Amino acid sequence: MSEIKLKHNEKLDIENILKDLDKYRPKRRGWTWRTPVPGLKMGPFEYRDCTTPMENSIALPSAKYFDFIDPQGTSVITTEIASGRFEDDIRRMRMAAWHGADHIMVIRTAGQSHMDGLMEGTPQGIGGVPITRKQVRAQRKALDLIEEEVGRPINYHSYVSGVAGPDVAVMFAEEGINGAHQDPQYNVLYRNINCVRSFVDACESKSILAWADIAQIDGAHNANATAREAWKVMPELIVQHAINSLFSEKVGIKPENICLSTVPPTAPPAPSVFMDLPYAVALRQICDRYKMRAQMNTKYMDSSAREATVTHVLNMLISKLTRADIQSTITPDEGRNVPWHIYNMEACDTAKQTMVGLDGLMDMVELKMEGPLGEKAREIKERACLFMEEILEVGGYFKAVEEGFFVDSAQYPERNGDGIARKIEGGVGYGYIYERDEDYMAPVTAHYGYNNVAQYGGDPTDPSSLIGGCTFEDPDKIVYIDELNDEDNVHVRMAETAKYRLTDIVKPEMEWLADGIVMLNMFIPANKRTAEVIAVEIGKKLGLLDPEVINREVMQEAEGTRIEMKGRVDFDIDISKLVIPPEPVLLSESEIREDVASHPLKVVCGTVGQDEHSVGLREIIDIKHGGIEKFGIEVHYLGTSVPVEKLVDAAVELNAEVILASTIISHDNIHYKNMKRIHELAIEKGIREDVIICAGGTQVIPEEAVKTGIDAGFGRNSHGIDVATFIIEERRRRREK
Amino acid sequence: MKRADDFAERRKHLASLSDQELYERFWSLTEQVVDPLLELGRKNTSPSIERAVLLRMGISSLDTQPIVQGCMDRGLMGKGAGHVVFRLSQESGISIKEAGTMLASGKGWDQVTALFKGGK
Repeated sequence: MSEIKLKHNEKLDIENILKDLDKYRPKRRGWTWRTPVPGLKMGPFEYRDCTTPMENSIALPSAKYFDFIDPQGTSVITTEIASGRFEDDIRRMRMAAWHGADHIMVIRTAGQSHMDGLMEGTPQGIGGVPITRKQVRAQRKALDLIEEEVGRPINYHSYVSGVAGPDVAVMFAEEGINGAHQDPQYNVLYRNINCVRSFVDACESKSILAWADIAQIDGAHNANATAREAWKVMPELIVQHAINSLFSEKVGIKPENICLSTVPPTAPPAPSVFMDLPYAVALRQICDRYKMRAQMNTKYMDSSAREATVTHVLNMLISKLTRADIQSTITPDEGRNVPWHIYNMEACDTAKQTMVGLDGLMDMVELKMEGPLGEKAREIKERACLFMEEILEVGGYFKAVEEGFFVDSAQYPERNGDGIARKIEGGVGYGYIYERDEDYMAPVTAHYGYNNVAQYGGDPTDPSSLIGGCTFEDPDKIVYIDELNDEDNVHVRMAETAKYRLTDIVKPEMEWLADGIVMLNMFIPANKRTAEVIAVEIGKKLGLLDPEVINREVMQEAEGTRIEMKGRVDFDIDISKLVIPPEPVLLSESEIREDVASHPLKVVCGTVGQDEHSVGLREIIDIKHGGIEKFGIEVHYLGTSVPVEKLVDAAVELNAEVILASTIISHDNIHYKNMKRIHELAIEKGIREDVIICAGGTQVIPEEAVKTGIDAGFGRNSHGIDVATFIIEERRRRREK
Repeated sequence: MKRADDFAERRKHLASLSDQELYERFWSLTEQVVDPLLELGRKNTSPSIERAVLLRMGISSLDTQPIVQGCMDRGLMGKGAGHVVFRLSQESGISIKEAGTMLASGKGWDQVTALFKGGK
């Protein structure tokens, strides 16, 4: 089936993914955890909490200092990708997988939870993606390829809720979905779906999830996002988690597939760890049988991506100090717009960086249970227990919902009377519950509850054998529907953007192919309101369409404002018309070191002429700036304002192989004149063939420098490694002569 | 309902419990909360559950709702929509899929209603 294989340096061919989807079958079923490798050795380090490395990935930026290692922590990392166009999301999923995400969640389009039945085709979504068989199959097919490319299974995830929960669950089981949100309380409280209907449907949905080995995530964390003061709902959160978890387990989901969606309730400037940690401890103590899916706080998220990131790192500290089997991420731009590609990657990198940075922490640190931590945790558990007692006192779950027990803003048992109340006889889907007759029958697998197949001689342990197996045993029975709408579908959308996929035409993008969105950062020396108006004016003058300020932070009330702004460009770039010089290839540090070790290398250097600049050259040579000294090169630094004669004489005297001249002052082309003079002096002294002459400075253009007769010139933004690479390669060329 | 925080009073019977006892009490209460909910699921069905049964029987998602609607209209939900399709396919000697298509297009309902003696 998957004769397609992805090539790292080629874009994913979406047209190809959409081809022959009617015949595609997912290659596996069920959730996959990472595989811990205690004592994993990578580069110069040994890790305590890491897992089997990926075969292909994008390491953290700083990995270049450590042989490009990319260790992967123990928590599965989640990212949510649902821009409304699933075809563009596929490309983002590939990028996220390369950045370490192995749990990819797709949010449904607005209103899908109230649709009675499956959606089909590929209409465009709003605030999410219409979850349909074609969309799911295409994304699962793409992820099947992507997981082979990165060398680690990817869990694909969406939602089983609303009035079509069981329908959706069946489709997910058939299509190889690995994780799903399922929590009838979410339907009741936030979607106003009738409570009896929600729980009856949930029995069926969960039974199907159990068959498909799908990991289930609950919806309790929504109480955090809804309650006015999120930290006060902690006792209730434990109650909600417990109800869904035990309910699920009793339907048949194994405890290790039951995941609690838990969020640290507060964020700075609250003393967040002090408040969040006891809750995290209490929850993990009481729900010790189940897995933890640590979500991040969005309740107090503003438009600063930096602030959101710091909160998320603190959230992960809680994860590390307690337990997170799945570490979710929130894109730090969620407070501004529908998440962009780049912020999904930032969020994944933030999670990976934090978890790897905290590797082994708990081998050195333990939680101090005497004192406020233990006392607070115990108190939260007692409050939760009292909450559960009162549910029973009033007559059970439905009565408690009717009386507004849940999402009350006061900390239980205090009540503010502002909870969400739902009537037993009310809500969407009310009146659609039917009692099963004695001869009720359903000849299918994973059906929950009373099922009289024996009346037809069927086997109660294998009801679908009555019909020769259902779609779960025989996927060929699945009815695949392609498109229902000729105008609103993926093929129409892709025809509109075809030139950006199939030709050399490029537009920048943040969300969808060729959306043209760019972001500008600037400091405006004006107050907040004025700065915003100025920024928009700047955007207009730059020719941006729809310039809009997406973040503003006061640097000082009068002195100025930091502005982040987005806008769209209305032009294309044609790659075929660009001259793209090849990227210089640098030698690895170890290769340079080995060459210097086997062929010792001596360099004389200085800033030449009447020139007192020293910083640039020191950057190139000093070990503390990553200069060439660190490769074992012997450097003789003569200082500033060194006459060119002195530099050449020193090369003769020290028998140096390299002369390195720094020259910053450039009026009257003095920098090039100095280079020419060094070259000529070396000839006069009879050492030109024995010495490599390099010169650098901010105004040096490498091509011009070489015209003076020296061997290489280095301009702005050159580093020690650039210089060292040239010297080593030039030495090799000379040796080979 | 509005109520001041009476935690100190309310918790008195929990105060002497060990952590393990508190844990056990909490889960036994939870069990009492969820058991009746599970029982509801065992005894009842709904349009979405029946649609999900039909899907597993290999019936198109476009046909599941019309079939379930037909069952609701005729008092046959207590039998199970999948049961209705199964019965029609057996009695008429046609495939499950054919029976489903028939019912979804509004045909065969008199026959199945008679088979189940008018439903309930």
